[in-house]
Amino acid sequence: MPVVRELDVGAITEAVAALCVAAGCDLPDDVSAALSTALRAEESAAGREVLAQLLENADIAAARQVPICQDTGLAVVFAEVGQDVHLRGGGFADAVDEGVRRGYRDGYLRKSVVAEPAHARRNTGDNTPAILHTSIVPGSAVRLTLMAKGGGAENMSSLTMLKPSQGWDGVAQTVVDTVGKAGPDPCPPVIVGVGLGGTIEMVTLLAKKALLREIGSRHADERLAALEDELLAAVNCLGIGPQGLGGRTTALAVFIEEMPCHIASLPVAVNMQCHAQRHKTVVL
Amino acid sequence: MAVTITTPLSEEAVKALRAGDHVRISGVLYQARDAAHRRLAALVENGEPLPFDLRGAIIYYVGPSPARPGQVIGSAGPTTSGRMDAYTPQLLACGLRGMIGKGARSQAVKDALREHTAVYLAATGGAGALLATHVVAHEVIAYAELGAEAVARLQVSEFPAVVVNDCHGGDLYEQGRARYECAR
Repeated sequence: MPVVRELDVGAITEAVAALCVAAGCDLPDDVSAALSTALRAEESAAGREVLAQLLENADIAAARQVPICQDTGLAVVFAEVGQDVHLRGGGFADAVDEGVRRGYRDGYLRKSVVAEPAHARRNTGDNTPAILHTSIVPGSAVRLTLMAKGGGAENMSSLTMLKPSQGWDGVAQTVVDTVGKAGPDPCPPVIVGVGLGGTIEMVTLLAKKALLREIGSRHADERLAALEDELLAAVNCLGIGPQGLGGRTTALAVFIEEMPCHIASLPVAVNMQCHAQRHKTVVL
Repeated sequence: MAVTITTPLSEEAVKALRAGDHVRISGVLYQARDAAHRRLAALVENGEPLPFDLRGAIIYYVGPSPARPGQVIGSAGPTTSGRMDAYTPQLLACGLRGMIGKGARSQAVKDALREHTAVYLAATGGAGALLATHVVAHEVIAYAELGAEAVARLQVSEFPAVVVNDCHGGDLYEQGRARYECAR
């Protein structure tokens, strides 16, 4: 009989606030390494200049504690809560929102959330609510991952319900079309998250979770790893290049997550991410 | 290498620019993005005065992050320009001479650039910390209640940008992509 762990939600608030502050100004090492590799390989002079600017930008952001990008995003929080944890002291979602409120205030991060999206578009003033995805997992730990998701790249994402007969070719075409139509708008070089299978809401979540992968990491499933390589090559043939000025570096990575789906369906979601792939994880 | 331009922007200066030119801008930029454009367009529609003189002006599509104490501005890179397309032709008709943003413009905006002799420039999206080092002063002049979407006057020095759409029909996004697209 496992012992129930008592955890005050104040710890959740503190952790989320710290994640927000840390994510805003630090370009992840894997992105920085990928940009450096791309800078050496890029044939386009305008493209090389952009890549060099992005690397210099990361240095300035870290040194001066200025956000990498002024769009410090919506706070997307993935929470894995151990089933042997008893949270007390308030509501869990409220605690997450309070962490976002404090983090965006204390970190001098931009408040980019508006209420009544099709009407007043009134800024909520504190970057809440967070977009919270909670799952219950075995154990007595709470694992929190924060993704600060910018709007520009998110806007260029897509959801397509293919016919099963369209198969992998249809999936590949959907991904290439999405990146191609996006052109310069999502601030290439991008990272492309692809969700395959599930239902309409699950496939988009898969695509978003795919963006949490480390650049350069190989998918555990060799079949999917090969498909990722194929898609990355196809996307980088589009010629869009850094910031859309023309070049070979349109994407730094393509990541796929899949799950089974209905016999009638082949859902595909493509979640676009700019180079500011800000995400941080903490385990409580 | 880069062409130096100063504000206010003259018709002659715009005519000399070609898609693909790298520029360094010194002078004044006006910060305005989505919500501000909605309001500016409504003022133009109603024949009411604008919070700043559009003639010869450059609008920068930016919503900066808050400045830390002692800093002029927070991170200050461009936002996606296409969302302003619906409002841009009428602002160009009022004398707006240039815009800085990132991402593609509509055909209507490209046509209006030719008609009114104006230019669309891109700054590097995602380089807000770097671009902020070129901002020497930042003052909100209207719609402070919009927060990051307020209208502000930015004094800039050697601000780096590239000409995407010139007033002669040149389009760097189309030209650049065509040059590097793989044969299939």
